[in-house]
Amino acid sequence: MSGFQTNNKVISWLDERLPIFSMMQHSAIDYPTPRNLNYWWNFGSLAAFVLVIMLLTGIFLVMNYSSHTSLAFDSVERIMRDVNYGWLIRYLHMNGASMFFILVYVHIFRNMYYGSYKAPREVLWWVGILIFLAMMATAFMGYVLPWGQMSFWGATVITNLFSAFPVVGQHIVTLLWGGFAVDNPTLNRFFSLHYLLPFVIVGLVVVHVWALHTVKSNNPLGVEMKGEADSIPFHPYYTIKDLFGIGLFLMFFLGFVFWAPNFFGEPDNYIPANPMVTPPHIVPEWYFLPFYAILRAVPDKLLGVLAMFAAIIVLFFLPWLDSSKVRSAKFRPIYRQFFWLFFANCIFLGYLGGKPAEGWYVPASQIATVYYFAHFLILLPLLGKVEKPKALPASISAAVLKEKA
Amino acid sequence: MADSATHAQPSSTDGQSRRDFLLYTTIAVGAAGTAAALWPFVHSMNPAADTLALSTTDVDLAAIQPGQAITVVWQGKPVFVRHRTAEDIAAAAKDDTADLRDKAADGTRVQKPEWLIVIGVCTHLGCVPLGQKAADPKGDFGGWFCPCHGSHYDTSGRIRKGPAPLNLPVPKYAFTSDTTIRIG
Amino acid sequence: MRKLILSALTAAGLFASSGAALAAGGGEPLMKPGFSWDGFFGRYDQAELKRGFEVFNQVCSNCHGLRLVAYRNLSAVGLTADQIKDVAAAREVADAPNDEGMVSMRAGRASDKYINPFPNDKAAAAANGGALPPDLSLMAKARVGGPNYIYSLMLGFKEEAPHGVVIPEGKYYNTYFPGNAIGMPPQLMEDLITYSDGTKASQEQLARDVTAFLNWAAEPELNERKSMGLKVMIFLAVFTALLYALKRQIWKNLH
Repeated sequence: MSGFQTNNKVISWLDERLPIFSMMQHSAIDYPTPRNLNYWWNFGSLAAFVLVIMLLTGIFLVMNYSSHTSLAFDSVERIMRDVNYGWLIRYLHMNGASMFFILVYVHIFRNMYYGSYKAPREVLWWVGILIFLAMMATAFMGYVLPWGQMSFWGATVITNLFSAFPVVGQHIVTLLWGGFAVDNPTLNRFFSLHYLLPFVIVGLVVVHVWALHTVKSNNPLGVEMKGEADSIPFHPYYTIKDLFGIGLFLMFFLGFVFWAPNFFGEPDNYIPANPMVTPPHIVPEWYFLPFYAILRAVPDKLLGVLAMFAAIIVLFFLPWLDSSKVRSAKFRPIYRQFFWLFFANCIFLGYLGGKPAEGWYVPASQIATVYYFAHFLILLPLLGKVEKPKALPASISAAVLKEKA
Repeated sequence: MADSATHAQPSSTDGQSRRDFLLYTTIAVGAAGTAAALWPFVHSMNPAADTLALSTTDVDLAAIQPGQAITVVWQGKPVFVRHRTAEDIAAAAKDDTADLRDKAADGTRVQKPEWLIVIGVCTHLGCVPLGQKAADPKGDFGGWFCPCHGSHYDTSGRIRKGPAPLNLPVPKYAFTSDTTIRIG
Repeated sequence: MRKLILSALTAAGLFASSGAALAAGGGEPLMKPGFSWDGFFGRYDQAELKRGFEVFNQVCSNCHGLRLVAYRNLSAVGLTADQIKDVAAAREVADAPNDEGMVSMRAGRASDKYINPFPNDKAAAAANGGALPPDLSLMAKARVGGPNYIYSLMLGFKEEAPHGVVIPEGKYYNTYFPGNAIGMPPQLMEDLITYSDGTKASQEQLARDVTAFLNWAAEPELNERKSMGLKVMIFLAVFTALLYALKRQIWKNLH
């Protein structure tokens, strides 16, 4: 509030009635940010940037998309071939989805490494998981819209999962389908919800930033900002750093869009949906593969579904499962090793999710699934008690000065 | 790169303008890039290739008798093709000097006098005027009558009475043979 | 940092190998002859596309549809407006009903999509031993290996199946087709057609050219996509460098 001053009469008139300008001054310009953030802190703003790209490209795609089963596939091909720059808008949207998940996964792992989920940031962490869940629902429904073979069969497999629930299972599935199988009613409601959920994500992101601004950012040392020496104003330091990050990210993202636009996709989705013919390997999009592996690892249908949901629900409890008083892995040499092991295990689970459920992949998935839960339920609670962390610096500025010396 | 912030006064103005130059250059490049990035979205709203491909329509005139008219669709709009009788042509030519709201000589509105081709959309508020079928009212001037607000068009498609401001427009067309035309 | 790079490379390697299987369902790794549109600077060779069109039009289109490609699109492969008109007019489609409600057939127009050789899928399958010849509009994107798969398939027929492999009656052995028993008989023979540009129509030439045409049919935007990509990348490199310089300049002031 105190930072904002202007001689401009129009701006002060407006600001007295709706404090946009003083809010911008407080939250985006003067806002105190730790001076020692590294580039792992760019990924939040990158994710927000991609959200904007997804909304923009999505809205323009809808101008030409038809959500009836007899028209959907061809309407997407019309976008690709006849609409001016339609191919560009479609490939931006398609690859943007993969980028969104890459960025959010890096962001989540960053939080796990530096303990950004610990007090007082538990609610911030929870809102983040809600965003992740909304992203997964949005992406799942979005993938159905082109009505290719993978769209149809992916929708069939995942909606069928809900039949695992006793008594109400089949009713839930029929409710989801709006019929006796995935068909036109299903496609149309997925279209409606796919358009809706991104705006729910925008709302959640606003709450996420609000929660962040209440507790302020964590930093690589995991030591809270204590005084003015520890912080710098967000503008110009982090505005320019975030813009630079966006420049780098765009080169990565557009490299795929212009030269390998189908790298993350499945060829089968260029075949129109055929309810009579199942593709030999049904695979979800790559960002779902770790959860798909966990689902298939459990031989029981219901327990597999529960394990898959549990893999995400367990994240809500992370602030309490991790009993260590120290936030950052920088000062937790043992936890650091287990973090990388966990990371490798997640990659391994993703790899296994893309393989058929045969041979050594089966026991491997089961071990990897057990390890996933063991990390949260056994290792973290134990480590906090057993580990001897390194000495923390007195403050951020003390650490920064020490480095300069 | 010299640390201009800690040097003595004389070079700080150079440092300041160097700083500004980089900032302004970056802003300019960024603005240009953003505009270039937004153009594909705007242009995607322009007619697509398949729409543009349907921008011409071919019409076979052979079966249309004198006094008859047909309606064809061109670019989503109705087009009236009337095979005018000698009386129609004479009436149109006679009124070239009448008090016309939208002055136009009949000769300038046709390529062959017996074929009148106009877009069948009333220039008032867009209804399709009546007069194509034999039993339709043709208005006081033997051409077309728009039932929405009472505009009367003559045998050259010119507005004669009622609220419409302009004559029925003549689309671009060409005779591809004696009995066929291509509109658009 | 080193650990991260190591993990990231492992991840990338695992994902790349688990995703795009180089081996087709037939088991053999695909032939990879290299195409004119490959790589960072790749573009279509229009003469090749035109030859490929001739192969498609004279051979493949007798059984296979290309329903997502309009005749007017063929200007990209080098056909003139008149040539396009002739290609379109070679087949007929149902016209709009006349004033009596009768539906007659009219010659194809440039604005029409490629007219299917058969009136419907069932007729197509019945005419081909019960196997429906798939539409080829997206074939280059709808199979693992894309154009490599098409090229390999066209050249992958064998007179006799290897020892121990039984091919059912009415099917043919193909090294690269998943399951090896394909419903399509071998198509590309030397001098099967005469190219209008005089190129020798060897079997390999025919396969290469029709693969190029089919890749164009699936990705007509490729030329524009890659050239726009180049301009965008150069711009981004410059812009990102400016942003980095500005970032360093702004952060320099911090003690």
